[in-house]
Amino acid sequence: MTDKPDTALPGHATLPARPGRFAPALRRAFRPVAEARGFARAMLWTGAVLTGIFVLMALFAPWLSPYGFDQYQAAGVQFAQLAPPSAQHPLGTNVQSTDVLAQIIWGARTELMVVALALVFSLTIGVPLGLIAGYFGGPFDRLMVLVMDAMFAIPSLLLALVIAFLLGSSITSGIVVAACAITIVYVPQYFRVLRNHVTSVREEPYVEAARAIGAGPFTILGKYIFFNVIQTVPVLATLNAADAILTLTGLGFLGYGVQPSQGAEWGYDVSRAVGDAASGIWWTTLFPGLAIVLLVTGLTLLGEGLNEAINPVLRQRATTKLKMEDLE
Amino acid sequence: MAGGGSSLKSYLLVRVALVIPTILILLTLVFVLMRVAPGNPVSAALGGHVPEAVIKELTHKLGYDRPLYVQFGSYLWHLLHGNFGTTITDKREVSQIILINGAATLELTVAATLIALAVGVPMGLIAGRFRDRPIDAASRIFGIVMYATPVFVLGLMAQIVFGSWLNWLPISGQASPLTTALLTTHTHLLLIDALIDGNWPAFWDVLRHLILPASTLGLVFAGVFIRLVRVNVIRTLKDDYIEAARARGIRERAVVYRHAFRNALVPVITVIGLEIALLLGGAVLTETTFNWPGIGHALYIYLQNRDYAAVQGIVIVFGLVIVAASLIVDFLSALIDPRMRYQ
Repeated sequence: MTDKPDTALPGHATLPARPGRFAPALRRAFRPVAEARGFARAMLWTGAVLTGIFVLMALFAPWLSPYGFDQYQAAGVQFAQLAPPSAQHPLGTNVQSTDVLAQIIWGARTELMVVALALVFSLTIGVPLGLIAGYFGGPFDRLMVLVMDAMFAIPSLLLALVIAFLLGSSITSGIVVAACAITIVYVPQYFRVLRNHVTSVREEPYVEAARAIGAGPFTILGKYIFFNVIQTVPVLATLNAADAILTLTGLGFLGYGVQPSQGAEWGYDVSRAVGDAASGIWWTTLFPGLAIVLLVTGLTLLGEGLNEAINPVLRQRATTKLKMEDLE
Repeated sequence: MAGGGSSLKSYLLVRVALVIPTILILLTLVFVLMRVAPGNPVSAALGGHVPEAVIKELTHKLGYDRPLYVQFGSYLWHLLHGNFGTTITDKREVSQIILINGAATLELTVAATLIALAVGVPMGLIAGRFRDRPIDAASRIFGIVMYATPVFVLGLMAQIVFGSWLNWLPISGQASPLTTALLTTHTHLLLIDALIDGNWPAFWDVLRHLILPASTLGLVFAGVFIRLVRVNVIRTLKDDYIEAARARGIRERAVVYRHAFRNALVPVITVIGLEIALLLGGAVLTETTFNWPGIGHALYIYLQNRDYAAVQGIVIVFGLVIVAASLIVDFLSALIDPRMRYQ
């Protein structure tokens, strides 16, 4: 994730959104998406369709799935262990006799639930911290930057792993444990982006004007700054969601986070398939693996497409030739 | 930000000074994390297996019954002397784990980085050169799909195809047992050890074991390089000096190869350093998939055994390596590109 979107553009900052008039604001926000052309448009749509399929799968799992996620028998007859794909089990069964297709469909629900929960957590922590640190500065800001930078020094999977390991004994819901572990990983990112953006806009004329008419710091933050800096978040959140799925499946593969009795998880499914590789059994690895790849690809395409559509620096049909350095 | 100092030396001094608080906070963070968990490290590791009295005695012996600030102080003191602690479950010194298992991880990550560069850089260069042509779209899609593929999925599929179906390559471990038994240890890096001994069958055996894990990790990271190099080429091709070179009548090929590509590759150095964090995280999964006796695999085992002392030591080492890597990267960038010094 090197070319992380940096949509902190001075162009946006000078157009303060007016709160209370959501419909036109919303239309304005979606205009670049509708106007996207070429590769950006293709990425956006492919990403949206792929992500949409998994969202539908998650919502309608009970109706779509042929079996329960931990069902290993039907009508008193136990399913065959490691059976290849057949009419009864379109994607085969795994070492625990459960149906691979059922695991994938129910797994979509687990993955998206954890990521949504983690997103809510990390936004509630990261956004206010970033706003306050960026606007007020001072020792609090310096300390927060140091702490967040230190957290960046630990590989994200490792940090998530340690958190999941530590929380695993005190919180019973694996979904909450996994969401907390992922939250810790992504809070520094939201903090960093928001803080830097706020630092760059806090001396803008419109903020100064608000200050001059006597608005308090929290009014300025909530009414003037918030709506301008929050535009960076959707792209970052989509790309982070893709990354979060990878972290979650990594945790699952190592046996942490969502426990097998609580829900199907693709990473855990693949970890069960490690022993099958030596005997050439492919369906227990390939299908859950493909589910991960497709969902992460979908979210990444959606995020990158959004970025190219919203971020004028990357926009393709620029009429004048822009020099990148001038805009950054 | 370099305090008015514009020379290379003062930049480097400031940069080193800034690392100290980062390391201190990192150490505190890890220490606090490992202590907020319920129970002390001894009862977590041995709880349920041994009588209460033994746990009490061992807790006292290892000093876990002292006040937290005393524990923190002695922990910092030991670290300052290069003592990363001793594991509780099997009484290994963490520094020994770093030396022996770390060598296996180093072998894997270096090989993976080489593969990532060999695949990613040419693809990124071509994609950036031919922006918006089909070859660009193909490389970008390849990059995104590679990024989206977990190393363990790619690794297991490689095991199934190249190990199980084709029977070309071994799928587990760093060397076959016979090689491990016969090889004398010089550096703990098996490839180098085999070279020193001039033991060609062993070298071949170790190399064969390395191919699948290194390619798996390397291909996943190639995606990162494709994206980075592509963006840089596009950026560089828009620069004034490229325009100037064209205006001087230099052939387009020469402009692209001599002027644009070289400059587009400078940031790759920075990214190799930054990707070490990702690479080490990926190594934990790769090592577990391929049963590779590296430091990530060791961490996985100690987590399973609930050995807090070992986990704490290994996480600290990972953090220090990453901090050191980013420091080295900044040094190199400052050396190569004077503009970096003013940031």
